[in-house]
Amino acid sequence: MADPFLSIQHVRKSFGATTVVEDFNLDVESGEFVSFLGPSGCGKTTVLRMVAGFEEPSAGKIVVSGKDITRLKPNQRNVGMVFQAYALFPNLTVAQNIGFGLKVVGMPRADIDARVAEMLGIIKLPQMADRYPYQLSGGQQQRIALARAIAPKPKLLLLDEPLSALDAKVRVSLREEIRSIQKKLGITTIFVTHDQEEALSISDRIAVMYGGKAEQVGTPFEIYNRPATKFVANFVGTLNVLEGTVTDPAAGTVRVNSEQISLQGKLNGSKSGDTLSLALRPEAISLGRQPGRDSSLSGEISEVHFLGSVIRVRVGIGGSTVSLDTFNSPATPPPAVGEKAEISFSSSDMLVLH
Amino acid sequence: MKSGKFWAWLVFALGAAYFFIPLIATVEFSMRMRRGEYSFDAYKVVLGDARFQATFGYSVLAAVFTIILGVLIVVPAAYWIRLRLPQLRPIVEFITLLPLVIPAIVIVFGYIRMYGSNSPLPFLATDTGTNALLVIGYATLALPYMYRAVDTGLRTIDVRTLTEAAQILGAGWGTIITRVILPNVLIAVLSGAFLTFAIVIGEFTMASLLNRPAFGPYLQNIGANRAYEPAALAIIAFAITWGCMSLIQILSRFAPRSANRPN
Repeated sequence: MADPFLSIQHVRKSFGATTVVEDFNLDVESGEFVSFLGPSGCGKTTVLRMVAGFEEPSAGKIVVSGKDITRLKPNQRNVGMVFQAYALFPNLTVAQNIGFGLKVVGMPRADIDARVAEMLGIIKLPQMADRYPYQLSGGQQQRIALARAIAPKPKLLLLDEPLSALDAKVRVSLREEIRSIQKKLGITTIFVTHDQEEALSISDRIAVMYGGKAEQVGTPFEIYNRPATKFVANFVGTLNVLEGTVTDPAAGTVRVNSEQISLQGKLNGSKSGDTLSLALRPEAISLGRQPGRDSSLSGEISEVHFLGSVIRVRVGIGGSTVSLDTFNSPATPPPAVGEKAEISFSSSDMLVLH
Repeated sequence: MKSGKFWAWLVFALGAAYFFIPLIATVEFSMRMRRGEYSFDAYKVVLGDARFQATFGYSVLAAVFTIILGVLIVVPAAYWIRLRLPQLRPIVEFITLLPLVIPAIVIVFGYIRMYGSNSPLPFLATDTGTNALLVIGYATLALPYMYRAVDTGLRTIDVRTLTEAAQILGAGWGTIITRVILPNVLIAVLSGAFLTFAIVIGEFTMASLLNRPAFGPYLQNIGANRAYEPAALAIIAFAITWGCMSLIQILSRFAPRSANRPN
């Protein structure tokens, strides 16, 4: 197997007595788009800053294209970076900002101009060359920051929450643009975000981080549908958690609110009488019995929220509440609060959280 | 509402009178050199005096060197403290305030003892050395103003992120300071430079005790021996000060917009 393009090996970072990153390992293939997803303080930005060279790991090493860059200064790494706060140089025009890295390496004037024009074309702002950063909107500034980062053709592109300071609509359009530019240039990219939708929508793989460690690394599909830990299951997407008691470990049956559910092959190591946390995504649940769904639970509708195309229904089952969405159908009135209801699902969709 | 306006105008008029009456009186007195009529004789005498030209030229040159020295010391120091050593800021602020507390005469006597012709660093043994010592002394006197001006300028930009953005694009420290940091604090540096200029032009104690042909001792000498010329000199000094302020205003229009309008 070929060596990975970027390899972060057993990296640890401590500030005094506080360890913010602990034994972090990740291999990234060339051209891959990997997101670090996690709550504030999970260490995702610290890992990114260690890759950039702004922080030195307390232990471990970082290898790019087979070369150990752990002790290299940021200006020796040939890495591009986009910051949350744009960080455009306020005294320089857009063209000068984009050409900054090229000028630093001593590229001839004509080549700089050509590359700047090419970059402005890629980010679709060709008319902005002579503007100053203060004359641009947040989205435009971040596009310029992206152009500036990729202009010197870096080996690796680091994006540190680049969309956090933008409004919702611009965030969506810019994230799609970032992904499209990344694919077009084939540049290996690490993207830090705390927004799961962002990470799920644009990444090849996601590293979900918590407490300075990578809880799970996988494709968005794997992360969402097969979360490896309770934290990943809770952090990524909406999750309904139900308490269940193991009744027959050999047969794989669990009792939830006096109803038996078969979870064959998912109860590894559980004993009879053990209490388990069982999780279901809202989209895996249907209201009423549905063909192809092998399990069901009974309860009472506690809340109904009309959201236009979708109706969000909460059903009380024992001491728990299960949330599910149904499509709005003009011919069918929405369920009423207080009605008895049955929810159905496939037992294969039920996750056992360890 | 009307009463409020009246009091506001009254306070303004009193303030303006406090400022302008002595100024007008000085102008008026400076023009009474010729008996029975107003004239610019005092100004002609002052401007035609070779000592005025020599001492003023000397002080302007000393001010330019002081500004250069101040910028070279203060900009990197204030930048580094903001970037890497924020915990040292209170200590550095205290040190930069010391020239306001310690009288110039104490500093200059210290210099004379430390850098006399018999000391290991005999600055005072030569004219050039003494001039250099005077510039160093002036830079010390201007430190509180220069440091505060630059520090305030640095506060208007995100020093850390801009530095990191430049670093990741391959820039070294020299490029970062000259192409990113300095242009963005230029207005602040100019303010500090103007204050330094004002201090140096009128400074008496250090120049006098180091026996330098500066403008301050000349002003004192004229003031002690003439009647109308000191008033004319005061007005000329005032005009120079206002000229400097106007120059700062004009220069600020050409400075990077961001320094005035940070993101």
